[in-house]
Amino acid sequence: MKNIFIAFVVLTIALLAYSTYQGLFVAPTEQTMGEVQRIFYYHVPSAWTAGVCFFVNFLASLVYPWKRNPASDALAVASAEVGVAFCTIVLITGPIWARPVWGIWWTWDARLTTTLVLWLIYVSYLVLRRFAAGGQTQVLAAALAIFGFVDVPIVYMTIRWFRTQHPAPVMGGGENSGLDPAMLHAFFWNLLAFTCVGIVLMVLRYRLQTLEEKVEATHAAAALQGGNR
Amino acid sequence: MTTFTMARATLLKDLRLEWRSKDAINSMLFFALLVVVVFSFAFNPTAEESRHIAGGLVWVALLFAAIFALNQTWARELRNQVLDAYRVSPAPPNALFLAKAIGNFLFVVVLEVMMTPLFVVFYSLRSVGPVWQLIVVALLGTWALVVNGTFFAALSIRTRSREIMLPLILFPISIPALLAMVDATTSILTGDASPDFWIKMLAVYDVVFTAVCLLLFETVLNAE
Repeated sequence: MKNIFIAFVVLTIALLAYSTYQGLFVAPTEQTMGEVQRIFYYHVPSAWTAGVCFFVNFLASLVYPWKRNPASDALAVASAEVGVAFCTIVLITGPIWARPVWGIWWTWDARLTTTLVLWLIYVSYLVLRRFAAGGQTQVLAAALAIFGFVDVPIVYMTIRWFRTQHPAPVMGGGENSGLDPAMLHAFFWNLLAFTCVGIVLMVLRYRLQTLEEKVEATHAAAALQGGNR
Repeated sequence: MTTFTMARATLLKDLRLEWRSKDAINSMLFFALLVVVVFSFAFNPTAEESRHIAGGLVWVALLFAAIFALNQTWARELRNQVLDAYRVSPAPPNALFLAKAIGNFLFVVVLEVMMTPLFVVFYSLRSVGPVWQLIVVALLGTWALVVNGTFFAALSIRTRSREIMLPLILFPISIPALLAMVDATTSILTGDASPDFWIKMLAVYDVVFTAVCLLLFETVLNAE
């Protein structure tokens, strides 16, 4: 198992190197936006990875109140933290691109606002985990995660109605954005590489979480024994 | 005990407690009044301007004020281990949740009734659109705030620094509801647009989150 993971990490690093090379050097420069368009190869894959992480978090949070297994809770923490990290990257790279292209750092457009609210919800999830006491943390956090995930489509619908006058995002990403094949090539390699990075980070964070729980359990057991003596 | 009798008993108990102490309503009322006065100084709006900002102002004031009632919902039950007694009793947990949510709903509605004349006077408000729509928006919006607020209060009661925790987790989740309330109120007050979409949106939000709350409350109540 460990060997497979190490092989996967090596593969991820290779992928990331290749996709970075593709994104920065091979893909053609965009005509109107220029070099700044290349941020697209990091922005959209990060958003996608964050989405994957939050979905994993949702699934793990659905399972936990049922099965009460530490594994799904550890997975929920891991995915929420990695998701927030990628979501932060999205929220930072977005304005960097928007400033020269749209002329503004930020607009309350449906996608931007939804991403921000998503980020807020999962940060509040992490805050709750930090502040909740002892054995209740996992269940409370799972409940909040389910609320958060249910909220996201509603947020998107609301904001879309609220801000219809705003320009549609210049790049939809994916199938219908009419990208040059060379760009699409670089984009898909980056998408794959970022997803792999997300998976590697989640696995590492998951292991760390289970180790932490083991250490805590050992400490607790030692304290109990010390008390008997 | 059926859900209904259980809920009624809890609700009547809460209403009686509130009637005798008036803790929640007094602090909410005074806080909302302060927000109204401070905003009035901060923006100093004309009658026309205030019509445009009043929707946001009213709901922000009420949202902050409602936190008082929400925070003490469950704190009251911690004394003498009342909440633990609930948990070991065979009473259905959702009856307890519904009673608490309805109780908070009534408190906030009373607050709204008392605050409305103040808003009208201080901001010289006069609605262009039909007033009955405002009542619909107020009822749906209040339920949206209160149902999630009651649930998250039960959640944050188990955490350290619980008074801070509630707004931290309630506000992000409530953003769509808040947006719908504010926009519906503004479009009724100014008469610029139809609030229909927002009212439907609020109804959807209410139904969805009431369902999620009822599904998850037992889990949260018995979290150990």
